[in-house]
Amino acid sequence: MNAIVDSRTPDPKKFIKGATGDWEIIIGLEIHAQVTSKAKLFSGASAEYGGDPNAHVALVDAAMPGMLPVINEECVKQAIRSGLGLNAQINLRSVFDRKNYFYPDLPQGYQISQYKSPIVGEGKVIVDLPESGGQITVGIERLHLEQDAGKSLHDQSPTMSFVDLNRSGVALMEIVSKPDIRSSEEARAYVTKLRTILRYLGTCDGNMDEGSLRADVNVSVRRPGGAFGTRCEIKNVNSIRFMGQAIEYEARRQVGILEDGGTIDQETRLYDAAKGETRSMRTKEEAHDYRYFPDPDLLPLEFTQSYVDELKAHLPELPDAKKARFIADYGLTTYDASVLVGERDQADYFESVAQGRDGKLAANWVINELFGRLNKEGKDVTTSPVSSQQLGAIVDLISEGTISGKLAKDLFEIVWTEGGDPRAIVEARGMKQMTDTGAIEKAIDAVIAANPDKVEQAKAKPTMIGWFVGQVMKETGGKANPQAVNDLLKAKLGIQ
Amino acid sequence: MTDLTSLTLAEARDALKAKKISALELTDAHLNAMEKAKALNAYVLDTPKHARAMAKASDTKLQKGEAGLLEGIPLGIKDLYATKGVRTTACSKILLNFVPEYESTVTSKLWRDGAVMLGKLNNDEFAMGSSNESSAFGPSVSPILPPNVSAAQAKAKLGNCNKGLLVPGGSSGGSAAAIAARLCLGATATDTGGSIRQPAAFTGTVGMKPTYGRCSRWGIVAFASSLDQDGPIAKTVRDTAIMLRSMAGHDPKDTTSVDRAVPDYEAAIGKSIKGMKIGIPKEYRVDGMSQEIDALWSKGAEWLKQAGAEIVEISLPHTHYALPAYYIVAPAEASSNLARYDGVRYGVRVPGKDIIDLYEKTRANGFGVEVRRRIMIGTYVLSAGYYDAYYVRAQKIRTLIKQDFEKAYDSGVDAVLTPATPSPAFGIGEKSGADPVEMYLNDIFTVTVNMAGLPGLAVPAGVSKEGLPLGLQLIGRPFDEEILFSLGEVIEQAAGRTKLPDAWWA
Amino acid sequence: MSVDQATVQRIARLARIAVTDEEVPHLQGELNAMLSFVEQLNSVNVEGVEPMTSVTPMAMKKRVDEVTDGNIAEIVTGNAPQTEDHYFLVPKVIE
Ligand SMILES: [Mg+2]
Ligand SMILES: [Zn+2]
Repeated sequence: MNAIVDSRTPDPKKFIKGATGDWEIIIGLEIHAQVTSKAKLFSGASAEYGGDPNAHVALVDAAMPGMLPVINEECVKQAIRSGLGLNAQINLRSVFDRKNYFYPDLPQGYQISQYKSPIVGEGKVIVDLPESGGQITVGIERLHLEQDAGKSLHDQSPTMSFVDLNRSGVALMEIVSKPDIRSSEEARAYVTKLRTILRYLGTCDGNMDEGSLRADVNVSVRRPGGAFGTRCEIKNVNSIRFMGQAIEYEARRQVGILEDGGTIDQETRLYDAAKGETRSMRTKEEAHDYRYFPDPDLLPLEFTQSYVDELKAHLPELPDAKKARFIADYGLTTYDASVLVGERDQADYFESVAQGRDGKLAANWVINELFGRLNKEGKDVTTSPVSSQQLGAIVDLISEGTISGKLAKDLFEIVWTEGGDPRAIVEARGMKQMTDTGAIEKAIDAVIAANPDKVEQAKAKPTMIGWFVGQVMKETGGKANPQAVNDLLKAKLGIQ
Repeated sequence: MTDLTSLTLAEARDALKAKKISALELTDAHLNAMEKAKALNAYVLDTPKHARAMAKASDTKLQKGEAGLLEGIPLGIKDLYATKGVRTTACSKILLNFVPEYESTVTSKLWRDGAVMLGKLNNDEFAMGSSNESSAFGPSVSPILPPNVSAAQAKAKLGNCNKGLLVPGGSSGGSAAAIAARLCLGATATDTGGSIRQPAAFTGTVGMKPTYGRCSRWGIVAFASSLDQDGPIAKTVRDTAIMLRSMAGHDPKDTTSVDRAVPDYEAAIGKSIKGMKIGIPKEYRVDGMSQEIDALWSKGAEWLKQAGAEIVEISLPHTHYALPAYYIVAPAEASSNLARYDGVRYGVRVPGKDIIDLYEKTRANGFGVEVRRRIMIGTYVLSAGYYDAYYVRAQKIRTLIKQDFEKAYDSGVDAVLTPATPSPAFGIGEKSGADPVEMYLNDIFTVTVNMAGLPGLAVPAGVSKEGLPLGLQLIGRPFDEEILFSLGEVIEQAAGRTKLPDAWWA
Repeated sequence: MSVDQATVQRIARLARIAVTDEEVPHLQGELNAMLSFVEQLNSVNVEGVEPMTSVTPMAMKKRVDEVTDGNIAEIVTGNAPQTEDHYFLVPKVIE
């Protein structure tokens, strides 16, 4: 293993204030991401979530005598693609090892994993911090392929645990970060970013509810810039929010112990979301000795650089690149671009709306109107009632001046609830903006004629023009082009 | 007609094809012999119903002229091979009730080619042993009469502690005993450190351990994955060649099996060996090697020379380290391979107060002494702090052992001739004393071959001064089993086939 | 190297094999006999030697990503000592 290098400069904004001074949190994450594949890593059984007990189980997965593993090439590809997405070193030769321990949901008595020679080596991920602003770089130590374990149900009987091996042998990527993370916000942002990258690549669906993405969180505290402290590992955290809470709790727990003159025991802990605390998981006498050694049933995993290059050539555009392009090509703000690239579907939706149109206007409509509305209804872009074509048409109608921004919101609402072609709706319901100056003039003349006193006031106080605009808009049923109204009013009222 | 059980596999095959005998007759003759030989304990399970049904099907095929390579040939199957719907135990207490719903790749191939299954053969528990004494079913007894023991005396001893009778060797002791006692025409076996070749040598039969990767390991209970290789034991070199053709071949279910065409091995029988260069490794002349083994070895070299081969002395300098390195690698892999026997998904469970207690009791009770010993040593050498000193070092030595052979082959040597075992068969109970290493020394000539993944053939070459069978071993280049069959045939012809013992046990 | 009795017990625990106190000295003797037998390997110069990974050099073949197996819960659990509704049953595991 590589020596741990402290890559960050202590940042006082991130310190925990203790009774005896400041503390810095050091976090490293091990993410288990389920590889998107049809079949398991070493068997032809389905990798699908759920299923009847032991239905997605081949004889290999149940470790029947004489059964042998055969690797799924898709899982290898997915690991390489993930590594490329993490800007990481791809190792052309890697080795599968056995990690030996006894557990009822581990049928072979060992997990096939990669220990000394992983398929992917060092890489890095750039993470935007949404709350505190700014950007950090988190180093990736390695990514390796390994088997998932089965599941035991403990609540079916007072005396027995029920073992289901459907998960047993499903391919996981274990992605180990360097201890480069310094706050719970950074940790949440890192996992969010990692999830985004994997989802872009289609190598992991990132579904945390189904356990497709789980985090083991290593937390320690130290005096700012001082030597690393003893860490505790919080196992199997399956929500980003809980992870943040677990880190906060754990860091404070450790600071409390240290400030009381105690020492931290290196141990594995569990986060109890209901109580909002972490607790020790395994007794200390159960010291682990995994007896790793190369799996003699499997040959070393080898492939060529051209194989890797080929995969690289076909990678989709990843969020960082997409964000940069959105800023450059569509003139978006960094913030808007970050929001849009968070999910590939959202980015695709936006691009379909923005294509050939005003990017900023499109971003504004996608982020503020559409996302706001989707959020309220618990939907996402893939289930949006307003398609990108429809929203694009609405943006067109605004840009060409056919409808005003206010009418556009009404139109969006109609399309959301009733559907239909926005242009046809505008036509049919007479929502077209009045651009005919004659008609606008007529309306202005009518307002001026009806309010001679206000005309006098306006001459003295030019800001009164706003009142006139409002009246004219009312007169025209909101269809008048506000700019045209403004210009004509100024001329007629003699305001400069 | 002569006793059908005294036919060789090749003779039986030809007689079946010529319709001189029927598969059912042939099978029944063997089932009868098995019935009378129960006390030899070669079979741990007879499957007469299976056998007759398969034989009848073969007769139909033979009638139609659709006979496979092994059509109607009755075989015994080592109990390490999973046989669908037929109890498969690895001769361990922990698997005594295990009935797989799958068939090993190799037995599938045998059945595809028309062979008939007579039953499951005894072996050392999980193939760990050199005498078949570690079997949960008790030892298999060699049909070879011990020196100075009459047939009547032997029969009296049989089943009565078997003391004074001989071991058939191991771990494929049941396979070798069944062949020597004419209880099948061919037997499957497995070889991790000598378990095909040593019992063959002890019983005057022929055993072929193919190149690692030649035969699929899928469906065979694993002992040490990087060393295990399955192969046949039969009465003659030709018979093993016929069997290997059926057993060998690529299996997509075994990543370590090789995608390489299977030659017609039988065609190698009788091929001239003129001009072949045979290496005699000087390091095999171990301390205290008995005069008769040494003489047998020289005689073997002489026979090959007379048939036109050139005999050269070679050096395999790391030979001496093969056995200790083997006793690190094999137990290490075994300790992991046998972790699955935990009483959860199959096998015999001993209840416990919690899961750990269940594991510990199940495994302490289910595994015999030798298996537990090897799991312990394997666990130790892999454990933290010792891994590099033991396992990694042993695997490096393995590389050196393989390089020794590569150098010899690169220098033009076609095959290597060595004794198969350091001594003839010993008595039951004789070596089960305090020091396990004494038993392990049996494999001293055979383990190098597994360590280097090479093919090895044990062929009977004569008898000891007390009249016990002795074998020679031929070691070939990777995937050059054919040359071993050609050379083995020369030795077999020169030595004269060992006369199989009269059925004193019946 | 040789093992003491505590080590024998630790190894037995790791291997999940129950060992009684009476068995320990005997096992200790056997393990030490084995360890002294393999001691001779220390005299081999292995500097620069690659440890063996696959004795028959070849490329590892891979399976295509297709569901070809499963839905055999009856077979998978058919040999199990204790089952219910196709689950394997074990004494309750408390974390
Ligand atoms: Mg981990
Ligand atoms: Zn992991």
